[in-house]
Amino acid sequence: MLQKEFRQIFRNKGMLPIIFIMPIVQLLILSNAATFEIRNLKIFFVDFDKSSYSIQLKNKFFQTDYFLTTGESENRAIAEEFLARNEADIICEIPSDFEENIIKYGMSKIFFKINAIDGMKAGLSMNYSLNILEGFIRNLNEDLSFRLNPQMEANRIKNININFSNWYNERLDYKTFMVPALLVLLVTLIGGFLSALNIVREKEIGTIEQINVTPIRKYQFIIGKLLPFWILALFVFTIGLLCTRYIFNIPLSGSLFVLYAFAAIFVLAIMGIGLFLSSVTDTQQQAMFVFWFIVVIFILMSGLFTPIENMPIWAQNLTKINPLRYFMEVIRMVVLKGSGFSEVKNHFMIITLFAIGTNAIAVWRYRKKS
Amino acid sequence: MKRFIAFVKKEVYHITRDFRTMLILFGMPVAQILLFGFAITNEIRDANIAILDNAKDHVSEKLTHKLLSTGYFKLDSYLQSTDEMESTFKKGKIKMVIIFNKQFGEDLTKRHSADLQIIADASDPNTANTLINYVQSIVRDFVVDLNRGFTAGVRIEPEIRFRYNQNLKGVFLFVPGLITIILMLVTAMMTSISLTREKELGTMEVLLASPMKPIQIIIAKVLPYIFLAFLISMIVLLLGYFVFGVPIKGSLALLLFELLLFVLTTLSLGILISTVAKTQLVALMMSVMGLLLPTIILSGFIFPIENMPMILQWISNIIPAKWFIIIVKDIMLKGSGIEMVWKETLIIAGFAFGFIMLSIRKFNVRLG
Repeated sequence: MLQKEFRQIFRNKGMLPIIFIMPIVQLLILSNAATFEIRNLKIFFVDFDKSSYSIQLKNKFFQTDYFLTTGESENRAIAEEFLARNEADIICEIPSDFEENIIKYGMSKIFFKINAIDGMKAGLSMNYSLNILEGFIRNLNEDLSFRLNPQMEANRIKNININFSNWYNERLDYKTFMVPALLVLLVTLIGGFLSALNIVREKEIGTIEQINVTPIRKYQFIIGKLLPFWILALFVFTIGLLCTRYIFNIPLSGSLFVLYAFAAIFVLAIMGIGLFLSSVTDTQQQAMFVFWFIVVIFILMSGLFTPIENMPIWAQNLTKINPLRYFMEVIRMVVLKGSGFSEVKNHFMIITLFAIGTNAIAVWRYRKKS
Repeated sequence: MKRFIAFVKKEVYHITRDFRTMLILFGMPVAQILLFGFAITNEIRDANIAILDNAKDHVSEKLTHKLLSTGYFKLDSYLQSTDEMESTFKKGKIKMVIIFNKQFGEDLTKRHSADLQIIADASDPNTANTLINYVQSIVRDFVVDLNRGFTAGVRIEPEIRFRYNQNLKGVFLFVPGLITIILMLVTAMMTSISLTREKELGTMEVLLASPMKPIQIIIAKVLPYIFLAFLISMIVLLLGYFVFGVPIKGSLALLLFELLLFVLTTLSLGILISTVAKTQLVALMMSVMGLLLPTIILSGFIFPIENMPMILQWISNIIPAKWFIIIVKDIMLKGSGIEMVWKETLIIAGFAFGFIMLSIRKFNVRLG
């Protein structure tokens, strides 16, 4: 049985390159494309003031690599048009008495209009802009208080300095965040699709009847079906890990053994789902559709793109039945933070339960059918 | 004409008979849009943080209270020493540690300046960034309160207006993208599979031998799918509108016209695939690998195109979906008219024309 399955896999010359090359290509393209890192925001200035302060403020924006200036005008309508045409992400309007008000009253206003179709981008744009504004104000304060009251006032104003450090990913590199998680995706797709399509294929072609009449035991049949894909999925995982290490230069902080152990159990759980689908559907096309449907939901709810903590409570509870979520957490913890077995103990327990559960259901379904 | 209608009927039966596929075709977009609308947000609430309060004085307690009362943060635990930080981070329970220096309050009253340290778990860079920004703005407010009564230096009040999507909802971006993907899935993938199925089963020959013209056969085959695609897009539009308040600011007629144009493009792609592929599986693989994945990844549907490396940005230009998504976003959210989107419309029309020509040629060759 095992030999047959292996032979079937290797005989299919068209599938092999897909299985081995696809993951690498996907990893390369996805890690580059799948980025929410936001830089080069296009900013458009409407400067009614044209004073030395407004120029200073604008220079502050130029100096960061978050913003790119796309243009400047004294006409609001032109700015609006830039925003509408996607040629600007954010409009910064400086009112005409900007400098005068600062000097006279120590208070002024500034307006930002942000294209918010992409909500997250808009939120970050706002944060970046406010930080720049904050820096500008700080400079002004140092400047002004020095000019007005050289000794007294400057000391009066209380201040809290914030020092922050970013652990585990100092340069805030988005790829470091995404690549390990993409490995989970790869393993899920390979393990899941192959096992989902396999038995269904035998059914469609009719060869399942032939296997059913052989003296092979049910558990032998299931193991024979699963083992080759299991090895294949772990092999793909290995390729992916090597890419992570040597192409993306993301060092593995934690234990390789913990990672593999988890991956091994995880693939079992996913294959259980695949097998189950395989036994309830009638054609490959159907199996593919159903699996695709389930995987898309699993991916969206796994914390791959958006943190689970941001979801409403009911959705957070839903993610508890999502095996991808656990692997996603474990791989990020182990690879980036160097968490050890004791820290991911619970994850191990849950995923083992998943593996046993899904496979038990799959075997039970299969028995009923034959 | 009667024959033609009979043929369309046959196709409709074919499609509606496969109950499971139908269920998924309708269920998938509905489930996805509900998920995206309700569950997938980037708004951070209740992020778990730990506090290491070395000062334990009046001011540090006040600031802690202020931080925790905003709703952005939830206290996971008080740490006793810096040694505990590492292990707490590794358990993955907290996103950030805030450290008060020993004489926080004293420094503030005597030296008028105190240090606050933040350590963020940057394995998720955007979350780390956002959290740090939150703390900064809360502390900023806190300092302003402290300085009340003194001349608090210069204040510049920013007034921020979010255009097109005031509450920064993720669904706004998602509805146009989802419609595009569904159109692709239903028209390109389903038609290519259904045409190759006839080929694989050998029934194509029978059809071609019938008195109907090949072009009629194809039109009859794709008509139900066009209808299906429209129906599902309408469901998505309505859901977006009524459940999440995604507006349709521009003209609905223009939107439908663009929809039709895009459907023509994807349909001709589907027909093109079916003329090349011999079996259903090959057709399926081709449409998934060649159409669906590039569309999802490179169309700007999920990931902003501006952030990609140049090569990928160039490649994205040959993906019709990219242009379609721009058009739909502009019409729905910005209320743009044809004068704003004519360029993109022309590009899609070009694609449609090219693919139709190509598939007609291919189809004729196959007949000969």
